Amino acid sequence: MSACVGLSATGCRTFTATSSQGLALMHEILFIVSAMRLPIVMATVNRALSAPINIWGDLSDVMANRDIGWVQLFGNNGQEVYDLTPCCFKIAEDRRVLLPVMLNIDGFTLSHVVEPIETLTQQDFDDFLPPYEPAQRLDVNQPISMGPVGPPDIFTETKKVHDDALVASRIVVNEVLDDFGRRFGRSYRAVEEYQTDDADVLLFTIGGTLGETGHTAVDALRARGMKIGQVLLRLWRPFPFDDIRRIFTGRKAVIVYDRALSVGGPGGPVASELRAAMYGRPDAPAILSLIAALGGRDVRAVEMAEQIENAVRRAGEGEYPAYEMVGVRE
Amino acid sequence: MNVKPSTRELALGAAILTPGSAREYHTGGWRTFYPKTDEALCITCGLCWIFCPDACRVITKRENPIPGVLPDYYDFNPDYCKGCGICAQECPTGAIRMIEEGAP
Ligand code: SF4
Ligand code: SF4
Repeated sequence: MSACVGLSATGCRTFTATSSQGLALMHEILFIVSAMRLPIVMATVNRALSAPINIWGDLSDVMANRDIGWVQLFGNNGQEVYDLTPCCFKIAEDRRVLLPVMLNIDGFTLSHVVEPIETLTQQDFDDFLPPYEPAQRLDVNQPISMGPVGPPDIFTETKKVHDDALVASRIVVNEVLDDFGRRFGRSYRAVEEYQTDDADVLLFTIGGTLGETGHTAVDALRARGMKIGQVLLRLWRPFPFDDIRRIFTGRKAVIVYDRALSVGGPGGPVASELRAAMYGRPDAPAILSLIAALGGRDVRAVEMAEQIENAVRRAGEGEYPAYEMVGVRE
Repeated sequence: MNVKPSTRELALGAAILTPGSAREYHTGGWRTFYPKTDEALCITCGLCWIFCPDACRVITKRENPIPGVLPDYYDFNPDYCKGCGICAQECPTGAIRMIEEGAP
């Protein structure tokens, strides 16, 4: 990542990819990239962090990097990852953003399988993503210092600017996704909804594996008469508070599946964010935090459906804990 | 830095756009105590110069030259002396005393 900082600072369009321990190893530099406003794009193949040594999929790597100040998106299948990659560059390089963008991809389930996708032509890419014009770069003829010391009397101001930029990038994310949808017919949103119109219970997922298994579970539960829908979080940072509040207000219960655990903390990271978004609001739903699919553990749709039914029943009886790790042998 | 920039005045990524502007940043502003040197006690041995971590001991003309003694002594550079007190600790004649900035 340090090499990418140098490359991007000289004015090159920069891409890299990492995963799990690799992401953990570059943790220090990730903050530097975003604070220096370098529009690097990185694909992160989400896998568990050791120990015990585990090379399989979960979200513990990205969830330990929530606060790095990057735009963070999730692609839920091969087609989405393909389509979102040029979108990431377009978001990152927009003069209103100028921040790095991370595209998260479920480890193994997406990174190590083959699936058919529709491709774009070179012309499509060229039309959608114009040549890169860096806003600022290292140039011997016009010397500047990038990434200098920021003493106490300016550090707070730099953080405020960074936060404002990341929050405001939300508008550009929507614009770029809409533009992509108009051109190529595949539309993406910061928050995706499935069967939510009449639902009083919502399944809330992040990442492809639980997202797509969740669809099957929702179909099964609907067939059994439960009025359930599903919400998939695509944009993790900046957290889309407005969409989340609009979608979740007035529902009875939300079952949040997290593929990471804040050990000794409040449970799943996505559930925590949802609770923060809904706190103190009238008509907030009951938020049930489930931790599943850690370190590559498969969760089948039938198990998910059972876990959801079980959680909703126990919440109705008022005995659901702050969070629960499901599918654990005890 | 005398004028502190607001969020609107910071360059992108807090970059510094003016080459060589570090010259304008005087780290002496971090100092709480300054090393007051009594030129009459200074034997110009240069030990303070050797020990000063900021290269801030400077050869200075004596105001009251002493016959038979070198015409220079070592004083401090207020722009970069950070007031660590090492020179005062090391001076063999006790010529340096640390005085609080702004003390009456
Ligand atoms: S107080 Fe420290 S920085 Fe200042 S002149 Fe003495 S040794 Fe150097
Ligand atoms: S150490 Fe003391 S005596 Fe020696 S040069 Fe410095 S001030 Fe003078």
